Amino acid sequence: MPLLEVRHLVKQYATQRAVDDISFSIEPGTIFGLLGPNGAGKTTLLRMITGIFYPDEGEIIFEGRKFKPAEDILRIGYMPEERGLYKKMKIGEQALYLAQLKGLTKEMAFAKTKEWFLRLEMQSWWTKKVEDLSKGMSQKLQFVITVLHEPKLIILDEPFSGLDPVNSNLIKEEIYKLAKKGCTIIFSTHRMEQVEEICDQIMLVNKGRKILDGSVSDVRQEFRETLFHISLDTLPRQIASGSFEVVEQEEQGLVVKIKDGFTANDVLQYFIQQGILVKEFHEILPSLNDIFIKLIGDTPKARQFQPA
Amino acid sequence: MNKTWIIIQREYLSRVKKKSFILSTFLTPVLFAGVIGIIVFITIRNSDKEKIAVIDNSGTFKNQHDSLKSVKFELNPPVTKANFYLKGYSAILFSPHADGDTTSDWLLYSRKSFGVITTEQVNEKIRKEIENTLLLKKFRVSTTDIDSIRSTTTEIKVKPVRLGENGKVENGDSTLAYIVGYVASFLIYLTLFIYGAMVMRGVMEEKTNRIAEVIVSSVKPFQLMIGKIVGIGAVGLTQFFLWIILIIVFSAVIGAFIPHEVLLQAQHANDRLPGGENNAAMIQLASTIHTFTTVNWPLIVGCFLFYFVFGYLFYAALFAAVGSAVNEDPQDAQSLMFPITMPLILAIIIMINAITHPESGLAKWSSIIPFFSPIIMMARIPFGVPGTVPWWQLGLSMLLLVGGFLFTTWLSAKIYRTAILMYGKKATWKEMWKWAFRKS
Repeated sequence: MPLLEVRHLVKQYATQRAVDDISFSIEPGTIFGLLGPNGAGKTTLLRMITGIFYPDEGEIIFEGRKFKPAEDILRIGYMPEERGLYKKMKIGEQALYLAQLKGLTKEMAFAKTKEWFLRLEMQSWWTKKVEDLSKGMSQKLQFVITVLHEPKLIILDEPFSGLDPVNSNLIKEEIYKLAKKGCTIIFSTHRMEQVEEICDQIMLVNKGRKILDGSVSDVRQEFRETLFHISLDTLPRQIASGSFEVVEQEEQGLVVKIKDGFTANDVLQYFIQQGILVKEFHEILPSLNDIFIKLIGDTPKARQFQPA
Repeated sequence: MNKTWIIIQREYLSRVKKKSFILSTFLTPVLFAGVIGIIVFITIRNSDKEKIAVIDNSGTFKNQHDSLKSVKFELNPPVTKANFYLKGYSAILFSPHADGDTTSDWLLYSRKSFGVITTEQVNEKIRKEIENTLLLKKFRVSTTDIDSIRSTTTEIKVKPVRLGENGKVENGDSTLAYIVGYVASFLIYLTLFIYGAMVMRGVMEEKTNRIAEVIVSSVKPFQLMIGKIVGIGAVGLTQFFLWIILIIVFSAVIGAFIPHEVLLQAQHANDRLPGGENNAAMIQLASTIHTFTTVNWPLIVGCFLFYFVFGYLFYAALFAAVGSAVNEDPQDAQSLMFPITMPLILAIIIMINAITHPESGLAKWSSIIPFFSPIIMMARIPFGVPGTVPWWQLGLSMLLLVGGFLFTTWLSAKIYRTAILMYGKKATWKEMWKWAFRKS
């Protein structure tokens, strides 16, 4: 049973359809990447899943039942893109307050906050104020506040922006741990290399519509261009084969594109027959970034407002 | 409900713990008491030390009565206009030369100017001296007789009595009602403004800090708004109660020190100057105290709290809606606030008129309309319920205010819900109107 299922979700703003008929489902324990350019409707979509907005059409199924914001948001942790904390409030008190708003008792909130602060070496922050923190530090705090109440579903909007590599890794590790424990994580980002590294499943949206979804490897397979990299002992002067063509020539290798109807074996066979030692041979799958640009790059960058 | 309670607690505690709250709560009564103390102190000191030399060759000034305690007169001491100051006199008074001349001025030379009270006392003294001399000379009336006549007439006073319903006798003195009404309605006006603006700033802070989105992913926007409004209202009530307690404590402390002397002084003056003005002053004081006790304080205080609480709720919801529509630029707040501050300012203008004519049509109707009622009704109530303000007016006014508060809260909640997550540009009134009245 999927943890979250979204069916034909629509959100209409005065001048445009921010989310236009989007459906997807997420299995428990998955790290799900929500990708899209700025203004694609990611935030609106996430706000509907977190119960902040009501969808105009469609339905959200959470844990097999219809999504009831009042109860279910307690099992969701949401870190919005625009981070926000009370600047003048002490950090410890702030964490306790926000945890209590998520339905934890005061004692529970205290125990959990202590635990997380200890784990991420934030004990000394307790009596400090948010205005004393650097951007990266407040990011870390925001993450802790998001996951404090052990939500089933964690929604992170650009969680790594502003973090240095050390803290970035620290958070990444925590995300893996949470996923291993069975938490489902939705990630919204436009940093593709992170998605490739972390996510199991992705969905690409543009202009409020779903462009594609699936597991990262499936998507890359789907968009493969049958490009292979081959490292050779010596480069032949002339290559003439009906099975492939050379796309790029390097000092010790080649990038080749296999023609329709042929396979990798045909390429290898060609070089073996020529007596050239093949040192390395592997397929080049397109990066998500390439796919992203291919799918979205040729559409107008800025979303145009439709006349009301 | 439980979460609203958590929000109320935070809003309340974070403000009550602030240094500025503690300072303003404790310093305001101290300042208040201090100013009164200083005034009393200066009055005592100033009026205590005056010694006036009287140079009178006409024989008008006989200095038959003991001098007032605060001003001493000495008849024909060996001083001149040039050296009175050095000999310890604060002033020198010259009578007109001709005997029985009542038209020329008496000249009072001094190095400093006297206070109003001292001048008044000197005038009074001279007038009485001349009167006595003339009466004695022309009609052979002894000073003792004059004094007894005087004391009899000053004790006669007109006492305003108003007939209430069923022939019940009520106090008709409107001076106190005027003062109480003025203070109460002005206090309501100030607090509505101060705490309303506090709500607005709180909402703006949450919006610009972007914490609003974190919180509305945990609670409903309505809970956040109500929590803020109630929390800040509780701060206001706390401040009121602390002020009342502190004022009682301070006045008790002051009562234990300064007024003791003052009272004794008044007593002395009274004993030594039979038939003088002081007697009348004492009677005046007694009657004021009497009036003070006849005012229906429980009703006034009760109504004050009612109109503060519901007037605050009425306006705070509107202020919250404005705060949610503002976008970082404080100038937006100014222009959006205008439609809310307008009725408040208008109410104060109406109040100034209504307090002098508490039964006029303007006063009556504006004390029923929720936008003005907290301020105008508080100006009218001290004049008497059900004398000046019939029960039906009070009841209707309260009912409409409660209804009005429910309406503004409902309205603001709808605006707030949408506006709190809108960034980029400030909302216009037209947009806010649309958010408030659209369906769903």
